[in-house]
Amino acid sequence: MSIKMLPTRDGYGNGLVELGATNPDVIVLDADLAKSTRSDWFANKYPDRFFDIGIAEQDMVGTAAGLALGGKIPFATTYAVFVAGRAWDQIRTTVCYSDLNVKIAGAHGGISAGGDGATHQSLEDIALMRVLPNMHVIVPCDAIEAKKATIAVAGIHGPCYLRFAREATPVFTAEEDFFAIGKANVLQNGSDVAVIACGPVVYEALLAHDQLKEMGISARIINMHTVKPLDEEVVLAAAQETGAIVTIEEAQVYGGLGGAVAELLVKNKPVPVEMMGVMDTFLECGTPEELAVKYGFTAKDIVAAVKRVLARK
Amino acid sequence: MNSPSLEKLTEICRDVRADIVKMTAAAGSGHPGGSLSAVELMTVLYFKVMNHRPNQVDWPERDRFFLSKGHACPVVYSVMARAGYFPVEELITLRKCGTRLQGHPSCKALPGIEVSSGSLGQGLSIANGVALAAKLNKKDFRAYVLMGDGELQEGQIWEAMMTSAHYKLDNVCAIVDYNGLQIDGDVEAVMGIAPLAQKWRAFNWHTIEIDGHDLAQVLAAFEEAKATKGKPSVIIAKTIKGKGISFMENVAGWHGKAPNSEELQKALDELYGREN
Ligand SMILES: Cc1ncc(C[n+]2csc(CCOP(=O)(O)OP(=O)(O)O)c2C)c(N)n1
Ligand SMILES: [Mg+2]
Repeated sequence: MSIKMLPTRDGYGNGLVELGATNPDVIVLDADLAKSTRSDWFANKYPDRFFDIGIAEQDMVGTAAGLALGGKIPFATTYAVFVAGRAWDQIRTTVCYSDLNVKIAGAHGGISAGGDGATHQSLEDIALMRVLPNMHVIVPCDAIEAKKATIAVAGIHGPCYLRFAREATPVFTAEEDFFAIGKANVLQNGSDVAVIACGPVVYEALLAHDQLKEMGISARIINMHTVKPLDEEVVLAAAQETGAIVTIEEAQVYGGLGGAVAELLVKNKPVPVEMMGVMDTFLECGTPEELAVKYGFTAKDIVAAVKRVLARK
Repeated sequence: MNSPSLEKLTEICRDVRADIVKMTAAAGSGHPGGSLSAVELMTVLYFKVMNHRPNQVDWPERDRFFLSKGHACPVVYSVMARAGYFPVEELITLRKCGTRLQGHPSCKALPGIEVSSGSLGQGLSIANGVALAAKLNKKDFRAYVLMGDGELQEGQIWEAMMTSAHYKLDNVCAIVDYNGLQIDGDVEAVMGIAPLAQKWRAFNWHTIEIDGHDLAQVLAAFEEAKATKGKPSVIIAKTIKGKGISFMENVAGWHGKAPNSEELQKALDELYGREN
């Protein structure tokens, strides 16, 4: 059976369109990338609630801050690398310090900007956003979850960062699956090891689960779509009950999901952890599949990491 | 609020200047220079121009003020206190641990501050956003933003200048405190911004040039801005950094330095005459 493939940014576009119909306060901003980010799906339906700010990411975030002060729910949208990087100070000092109700959408996150090379591969955004007080950080695993996350952030107060991927990736969650910000989804139960993942790479973790099962290893697979606030209960239970953790994210290995998990465990329940991600380097251009193989984001790499962590148990 | 006369405003300005030197002296740090240059601008704004309710800071119809040059908060704190937002006695807590009067304004600490600021270059974008929201909600309130002339070197401001004009935000009024100085010296020597009025005009702004210490001119400029439809307005106010305290006037060194007790006394003597 072939699985349906869609980019998570499509989920964002769909979520915005639904919000447009249900919430008149939702405003969408973009910085000249509306087609790529799918914010144009909203713009086409609700042109009077869409504002293109031009190639001016810092101004876009500031404008969003003002809209939030005026009672609106702005979604400031562009590539992850440009919004989280170039507008970081605006996000920190104006949005987060004042705890404004600004939603930030970073498209083309992770390795999925493949062919554009290192300038466009956002690998630091999760860490950059995670260190900010008041910020929520959400990395949906597929297009369905991306739509739910987009709708969900409009329903909570405060700064939220949503990260989407460019490439079509497997759609493996269902419309009726439970989704709540800050609540991890345990996709497979297991007792030997837990794999904690976020974003489309969660699917690779599920594939790894099946391969490990054949080897007699029982792996718990956790979809940690919300990197901040981290679902500490689920992480601690996994450490307690399995005694070994693997984390994986399409991001620099420092400061992101793996860092969050390690910070929690080192204080409360130190168990061996293998952190998977980009190993403190800039990448290169290539198809996302090529990069996944070369830099270790496949099910096979996860199986290897599980074996390493089990050896340390 | 009942509307004070220009004579009364002159008195308030003098008290505000005294507040600025007193509070920075008590704190042992802070920014007197760029606060003193904006005294008339802020006093006229808070006492004559803005539609606001000091006892109801979340009144939805209020005009919004954004201090883009957050370091100049002493002047804003003083004007707010004197307009009735909080007791004047509290001014002396500036920068002390536990105070509501943070070294750069915090909206979480002090009700009446619309948004926290202190990282330069961001206020105009925020004013644009709230002005857009006003238009979308069919509200009449206006957004005011005070910027420094050195601050204009920040690229985000020029992005925002395009945005205000592009979306015809005639409910935005920018004010440039054109005191000619920044931390490292003369603005024109550090990174020139002249010819300033031409630049704003070229960005499709209604541009008003005034003497920023002449209360009548300041008031007239705000009225002209209010009456201007279809485009945003900027008031380029020629000012003197450190205005009103002779030894601080036009001296870059008084940007971010507090007066010691001797200097404070000298400043107060100048403001009120020796007998005080
Ligand atoms: C983004 C940013 N960079 C640097 C500073 C440090 N800084 C504070 S005030 C200032 C000079 C401001 O000069 P100007 O805008 O002319 O202000 P004024 O003369 O009115 O005090 C600088 C560089 C800052 N607060 N924010
Ligand atoms: Mg200056």
